[in-house]
Amino acid sequence: MREVRCRDALREAMAEEMRRDPNVFLLGEEVGHYQGAYKVTQGLLEEFGERRVIDTPIAEAGFAGVAVGAAMAGLRPIVEFMTWNFSLVAFDQIVNNAAKMYQMSAGQFPVPVVFRGPNASARQVGSQHSHAVEAFYANVPGLIVCYPSTPRDAKGLLKTAIRCDDPVVFLEGETLYNVKGEVPDEEELIEFGKARVSREGTDVTVVVWGRPHPMVLKVAEEMAADEGVSCEVIDPRTLRPLDHEAIVASVKKTNRCVVVHEHWPYGGPGAEIVDRVQREAFDHLDAPVLRATNLDVPMPYAAHLESEVIVTEARIRAAIRKVCYLD
Amino acid sequence: MSDDDPTLGLRRVLRDDGSAQPDTDPFLADDVLLGMLRELLKIRRIDERMLGKQRQGKVGFFGTITGQEATPIATAFATEPSDWIFPALRESAIMICRGFPLGTWLAQAYGNERDVLKGRQMPSHMSGRATNQVAWSSCIGPQIPQAVGAAWAMKRRGERAIAVGFMGDGATSQPDFHAAMTFAAKWKVPCVLICQNNHWSISVPTAKQTASATIAVKAKAYGMPGVRVDGNDVLAVYGAIKEAADRARAGGGPTFIESVTYRMGPHSSSDDPTRYRSADEVAEWAKKDPIDRFERYLRKAELLDDARRAEIVASLEAEISAAIDEVEDLGPPSREVMFDDVFVQPPWHLREQRDELRALPHAPSGH
Repeated sequence: MREVRCRDALREAMAEEMRRDPNVFLLGEEVGHYQGAYKVTQGLLEEFGERRVIDTPIAEAGFAGVAVGAAMAGLRPIVEFMTWNFSLVAFDQIVNNAAKMYQMSAGQFPVPVVFRGPNASARQVGSQHSHAVEAFYANVPGLIVCYPSTPRDAKGLLKTAIRCDDPVVFLEGETLYNVKGEVPDEEELIEFGKARVSREGTDVTVVVWGRPHPMVLKVAEEMAADEGVSCEVIDPRTLRPLDHEAIVASVKKTNRCVVVHEHWPYGGPGAEIVDRVQREAFDHLDAPVLRATNLDVPMPYAAHLESEVIVTEARIRAAIRKVCYLD
Repeated sequence: MSDDDPTLGLRRVLRDDGSAQPDTDPFLADDVLLGMLRELLKIRRIDERMLGKQRQGKVGFFGTITGQEATPIATAFATEPSDWIFPALRESAIMICRGFPLGTWLAQAYGNERDVLKGRQMPSHMSGRATNQVAWSSCIGPQIPQAVGAAWAMKRRGERAIAVGFMGDGATSQPDFHAAMTFAAKWKVPCVLICQNNHWSISVPTAKQTASATIAVKAKAYGMPGVRVDGNDVLAVYGAIKEAADRARAGGGPTFIESVTYRMGPHSSSDDPTRYRSADEVAEWAKKDPIDRFERYLRKAELLDDARRAEIVASLEAEISAAIDEVEDLGPPSREVMFDDVFVQPPWHLREQRDELRALPHAPSGH
């Protein structure tokens, strides 16, 4: 095992897959000479050259569409969006084209493309630049949605995504890029639809992915020390397909469940998980399933307001306390 | 810029008297010329039959190419089998002329058990890997950057193949057009992008789409050759596409072609064009019908007479009727195939949905 930052783990995944398969290439804004807006692609241009690491014009719909066409013709593009916010101008190419081409052509034209980039709030970048897009894309049949929260998962899932014949929406927590974690020395491919138990516990199941994952682990440690509450933390890692079995099995053990996420509370994967739990573990529940989420407003710029809108440790703790009837 | 400018003038071969301009005539062999006529007549007859089937409620939708046949037929003759076609709404029949079986193509319009797309796509949105033709995307424009992407893949692999992407005049207002032209020229990919300017985007005339003098002239700003061609002159369109395809194959990059034509029929089976355009305008364009003009040429060249024409029409009628009879009364696709091909790797939740559906009675049909 090595200690690796999340951004380096992502780069390792791309570099390894590009060495392995000459059909894999990377395109996006400033991915080459500038080394990526978030430096995830640092060094790739030097190793693979301009034919495989391509700085594009500023046209998300254009390069997303070019990638879809290239994928239909047999290549394996990795599209970097400078942030997922900018994917919204390419929404038609992702939702109406990448996700549907295989089905519309009855299996004649697979679209093996990975769309990746930083997702969710950064710091004080306002409402148009802080979207957690998993709710938009996880709604679409035909798309796989990955949202790793550790460097190991980031690397293993991205390698799987690049080899996958379905289009993959790969979400990287913008504030997770600097997070360090252990990554195995040998090659590891992580299967989609397999959740990870990131902390074992007995009193309450907390389901969380992406950026709030470290916050939940911190709250879990504090609550174990302060209140004797034992949280089991489940990270689904992929939101489509979703490992409902792991989540339901955990809830059947703990009898309580809280879902924590950044995307808005209305609809989306958070609500999907709550639906699964109430359907498949109804008789095991000792309390209603609660969620701790971002507030249902566009993200404000002012720091003290933004800090309230993004899901907070206080809201996570309050939800856990409530399902444990500690109030 | 002057009328000598290929993006402002109008490239033609066929003169009104049926003779050909020698400077632009592609000098095709007699059997090729007659083959073109047969394909032109064929897709017009398919249009008539299928619009009739739509009116009878036998197919749900149809987008006709009537009046604009010259460009798709020229494309079929000017391309090679390994080339890729990214059609817009009206170019689906190119694949028939490139060897795709007619019965299988028609079964897709019916969406029945013989439909190789398993009842998923609207008519006029057919695709076929064997003929390298991709499904049109119903939102206007996304196929244009996709054609550029496919062409780029071919360039990268050093293949001989090129990609041909289609759009209507309305699509040139879309951001996707701008992006596709930008990428195609900048990356110098082997593609031919063809705008069928049929003067109407449903009810919106081309004059309301753009203040540009022509659509072809836009190519200049993107840094690629453009040509404006008489879209009702199959030999002119053939020549323009062949030149562009040859240039693309030789590494010379993309070409943008504006094919000036007219949509004689409705936008689709859901549209009534008498509400927004005059009968006089339609009558004027009827005089420039691409098949009539080509026939005039063939008769003047003594390749066609009434008897030969009647022979072609009779054989087409038999072929089309037989293909329709073969597929029209087939049953619907199995409802369980709905869950196929959503993902390459079928996920558990679709198996769950399929099992739930199996336990329920069939939904009442919408028809």
